[in-house]
Amino acid sequence: MTKMLRGAVVAAALASFVPFVGAQAEVTELKIMAPAAPGGGWDQTARSMQQALQADKLVSNVQVLNVPGAGGTIGLAQFVNASKGDPHALIVGGYVMVGAIITNKSPVTLSQVTPIARLTGEFEAIAVPANSPLKSMADLVAALKADPSKVSWAGGSAGGTDHIAAGLILKAIGGDPKKLNYIAFSGGGESLASILGGKVTAGISSLSEYDAQAKAGKLRILGVSSAKRLPEAPDVPTFKESGVDVEIQNWRMVAAAPGITPEQKKELSEVVEKMAKSKAWTDMLKQKGWADTYLAGEAFDKQLAADIAATTTVLKEIGLAQ
Amino acid sequence: MDTFGALAQGLMVALQPMNLVFAFFGVMLGTAVGVLPGIGPALTVALLLPITFKLDPAGSLIMFAGIYYGGMYGGSTASILLNTPGESSSIVTALEGNKMARAGRGGPALATAAIGSFVAGTIATIGLALIAPTVVDIAISFGPEDYFALMILAFTTVSAAFGSSVTRGLTSLFIGLSLGLVGIDLQSGQARVSFGVPDLLDGVEVTTLAVALFAIGETLSVAAAGSRAEEVIEPVRGSVFMNKEDWKRSWWPWIRGTFLGFPIGAMPAGGAEIPTFLSYALEKRLCKKPDEFGNGAIEGVAGPEAANNAAAAGVLVPLLTLGLPTSATAAIMLAGFQQYGMNPGPLLFATNPDLVWGLIASLFIANVMLLILNLPLVGMWVRLLAIPRPWLYGGILVFATLGTLGANPSLVELGMLLIFGLLGYVLRRYDYPIAPVVVGLILGPLAEQQLRRALAISVGDPVVLFQSPIALTLYALAALALFGPLLFYLITGRKAPVGGDED
Repeated sequence: MTKMLRGAVVAAALASFVPFVGAQAEVTELKIMAPAAPGGGWDQTARSMQQALQADKLVSNVQVLNVPGAGGTIGLAQFVNASKGDPHALIVGGYVMVGAIITNKSPVTLSQVTPIARLTGEFEAIAVPANSPLKSMADLVAALKADPSKVSWAGGSAGGTDHIAAGLILKAIGGDPKKLNYIAFSGGGESLASILGGKVTAGISSLSEYDAQAKAGKLRILGVSSAKRLPEAPDVPTFKESGVDVEIQNWRMVAAAPGITPEQKKELSEVVEKMAKSKAWTDMLKQKGWADTYLAGEAFDKQLAADIAATTTVLKEIGLAQ
Repeated sequence: MDTFGALAQGLMVALQPMNLVFAFFGVMLGTAVGVLPGIGPALTVALLLPITFKLDPAGSLIMFAGIYYGGMYGGSTASILLNTPGESSSIVTALEGNKMARAGRGGPALATAAIGSFVAGTIATIGLALIAPTVVDIAISFGPEDYFALMILAFTTVSAAFGSSVTRGLTSLFIGLSLGLVGIDLQSGQARVSFGVPDLLDGVEVTTLAVALFAIGETLSVAAAGSRAEEVIEPVRGSVFMNKEDWKRSWWPWIRGTFLGFPIGAMPAGGAEIPTFLSYALEKRLCKKPDEFGNGAIEGVAGPEAANNAAAAGVLVPLLTLGLPTSATAAIMLAGFQQYGMNPGPLLFATNPDLVWGLIASLFIANVMLLILNLPLVGMWVRLLAIPRPWLYGGILVFATLGTLGANPSLVELGMLLIFGLLGYVLRRYDYPIAPVVVGLILGPLAEQQLRRALAISVGDPVVLFQSPIALTLYALAALALFGPLLFYLITGRKAPVGGDED
């Protein structure tokens, strides 16, 4: 009775999204693991995929499973061990995982899963309080060249995208990444408060973290890590424009289980591609302010390998990995 | 804009029948998840976000506010009746609250918690409406060195407040501090004392430790005592509701708790736990009957409960004025704002006044609803304690395990729950206080991170710790807490009143 009741409740909840579940899909069910707690970027990516896949009836039954912890490495380990050869299992991950695998000395790595596609990405930005003497990227570079340890950076956890980006910047201007004075904060609110309160020299994080404060005139954004200027901040120069040769994006991807057949991989790739091109998905990206950085196949494999190599090098230079 | 006019308009939004239904649903759900240890408001709101996507923004945000406040109420109910703190901010409530419940005073304990939460929630929400911009400026001016001084104040007052013997209290505190070292270090990204176990990389979960030490440890010691146990649990002794003396003893703790909770909650790294510790220590110091502390003093429930609810409102100050999410629930509410295409940040009050004032007004309504909902239930809740002891403790064991596993389904988590439960039993058996272990786990990592941030920013110069006036004031208060009793003795020739052990 309770089981039936629960079934009815779930069905009713699903019915609000899917009026009728069609049978034309080849992949009928998917389990997407979000290796993070509910609410974070990976969780939202997984749940957005769930909505888009079901809204367009690409897959009738999609479940999201949260396995939080340690930059996604706990979820990744569980995924690799439990889903081997399962053509219905997907995991969401991203650039943060690349760094976490290295610094946590994770026993499993991304080479053990089957990458399907990069889906979205956010670019990094550097922000200073409105009353800071640093007016431009050039001022920041000058300060860093004078004494890198006197420039304190606020950002997310050690070894994450923010930290790596700061290390790459110092390296790009010829400084010693070991002297990077990076202050890690666990939540966006706390690090933003330390920048607004003028406790640190600068902050480095996703542009979306700083956008609202910049529009209100409380923060000044010195540069962004994209190849071209971003539509949300057309006045902000890229790092490259300011002579700092760093380009980095905090991308999010989706991967399938290890040990699936090439046919199964192809099938999953097709479903993901259809989803990434769907209106439901692009609407969701727009609403959340995520850039569409869809990349699949060999191009993505190559990009992934290059990112892993560059990250390993910079983490060693910062002193976070041996 | 005229604040009161805006607030009145907000009340109009919140009082629409549909929004009242949302608020009611929110407070019910919030109370339920608050009772379960491990599952909190943050998780609930996160899971509801995709479902509420199609709903009206005002309605869903009002519901989230209800869940948020409801969680705070529910946490205290479980703490008082079952000794299983559902949220880390209601751990202190369990200390005196559960003692009261077992002495037949569960009714007044629940009532003072509910009314105190209401009083604090109301005052703090008024604060949120009237002085949020001022409070946030002060809160933002706190640097890492000031936070470190706040932690020092918390450490000194708390170690003086728990337990009759300083050595035993400090021993327990150091067990907690050591447990706080487990996991990935935030500043360096390196794993510490996790022995290669991936589940330990994120450290020891506070609610797991608290539930294990309090509930499982106690269950084990009751079982170990067997028929030798003399204590009889009386569900009700005297009045179910608060008597005149209870009211008299609750008023000031409510007010003081509110004024500790609201500003600290508004600080980006303040949180809701520290004000509950400070409030407990303060009430113990001020209480006219200090020997009742440890045996069920109503002040020890009234103060911390007011503090955690005021802190919950305080957290909304940086969220609404600056768009800064400073707790897990606030971060998810921020995601909720974004879901509706609103740009949270300094301009939110200007761009979406209806919504912000509707939200603030709905906090008042959630508060009233929770009070109306909870007071009549007090009589029913205390009946729980009339359950025969083997059933009651069996139930607590199942409840604690389910809650912990529900939040984090892993065998390692279950193992930790049992091992810490055994630790709780051993500590009880040899008369070591339990609370400082949990305090150490919460404050230790915070203090360490703030100290290291302060020193990193100053490039290793320790002078920075003593430069800010805020930090110096806090250190002076800490010194007063530490040496106050000694001065008292020197001046009056009498020993300062010291409370009994909490267990």
